Amino acid sequence: MTAPTERQNIHDYIAAFDDIPGTRVFTAARARKGYWLNQFAMSLMTPENREAWKADERKYLENWPMSDDQKEAILARDYNRCLDLGGNVYFLAKVFSTDGLSFAEAVSTMTDMTFPEYREMMNKGGRSPQGNRSIKGGY
Amino acid sequence: MARITAGVASSHVPLLGVAVDQGKTGDDYFGPIFAGYEWTKAWEKEEKPDVVILVYNDHASAFDMKIIPTFAIGCGERYKSADEGWGPRPVPDVEGHADLGWHIAQSLILDEFDMTIINEMDVDHGMTVPLSMMFGQPEKWPVKVVPLAVNVVTYPVPSGNRCWALGEAIARAVESFPEDLNVQIWGTGGMSHQLQGPRAGLLNREWDNKFLDMLIGDSDAARFIPHLEYLRETGSEGIEMVMWLVMRGALGKKTKCLHRHYHIPCSNTAIGHLVLEPTE
Repeated sequence: MTAPTERQNIHDYIAAFDDIPGTRVFTAARARKGYWLNQFAMSLMTPENREAWKADERKYLENWPMSDDQKEAILARDYNRCLDLGGNVYFLAKVFSTDGLSFAEAVSTMTDMTFPEYREMMNKGGRSPQGNRSIKGGY
Repeated sequence: MARITAGVASSHVPLLGVAVDQGKTGDDYFGPIFAGYEWTKAWEKEEKPDVVILVYNDHASAFDMKIIPTFAIGCGERYKSADEGWGPRPVPDVEGHADLGWHIAQSLILDEFDMTIINEMDVDHGMTVPLSMMFGQPEKWPVKVVPLAVNVVTYPVPSGNRCWALGEAIARAVESFPEDLNVQIWGTGGMSHQLQGPRAGLLNREWDNKFLDMLIGDSDAARFIPHLEYLRETGSEGIEMVMWLVMRGALGKKTKCLHRHYHIPCSNTAIGHLVLEPTE
């Protein structure tokens, strides 16, 4: 618990996020790195752009000042890589929605499970927080 | 005088909107989720609120990376359902209450909450799913809405304490609106869920229920939960629960629980729902 008057140190605040296993918190650094990747994904909110994207994905990406790594990660639908390169899941959702994937199916591709395995885990109560809270603490 | 008569909290999972739109709310998967909202639907019909202040987050629909307001208030006349990548949901437009919206915006700014004012935007599942859960499928939504959008996507998001204090300031603003209006405040999003990375799928029934407990009665302990705790315990998207604190803050010192519902899972998410009444 943080007392209401206690001022947060911004460096400590951000550094603590790296201790959470299997999670990329969408910090300013990621937001800057992923700016055009996310803005590209956002462009898929209109039917015309979705058609153009589906017709030729690689060509569509030529119009966006993204890094080659970002372009390849999107073309490969490697969403963990997209997160590493500054993507945010709510923006990337425009890509997997255009692909006709549900949120659950797209999300499952970022785990080490198949979609049926992931679905089964969710139906049984989801992933336990036990051992998944802290890398250093191991709890 | 306008008055806040109740607070409602609810998850806003997009799949719930799909279930409503495709008529699946009674099937084996969705039935138990929607059953927990039947009480509230009947209660809303009795209560007939004039306006809902709907605290929600935009999921890269109205706001992209160009502009990221921490707290934004809708002062427009109406809002359309956003195209989130699969076409807009077939739901009625959301009618705003521009007079109340502007009044709250002005009051909040004088109260030192530096709000962003929105006159035009589309609204996504963050807003339309809670409306569907509480009102079903009417031809026209039975309430006007003042949207209150909170950034819970790009860090740092506002602290729980700040969200609670914003709720307190909203209550003061509503009380000073001269028209006689029955106003509810809804906090949406949550509960535990993580939509990204190898830890995706994390749910935490125990923590979620502890959080629900904290919003009932006269405790204000929830306002001091740090972001790191939400992230560790409830997954990266569990942070949406800070929006419930705006609702709780607006209800004053003490609340009474009228209805409570919790269900795991809906897609990647734990469903939580509360109906609260201010008691003083």
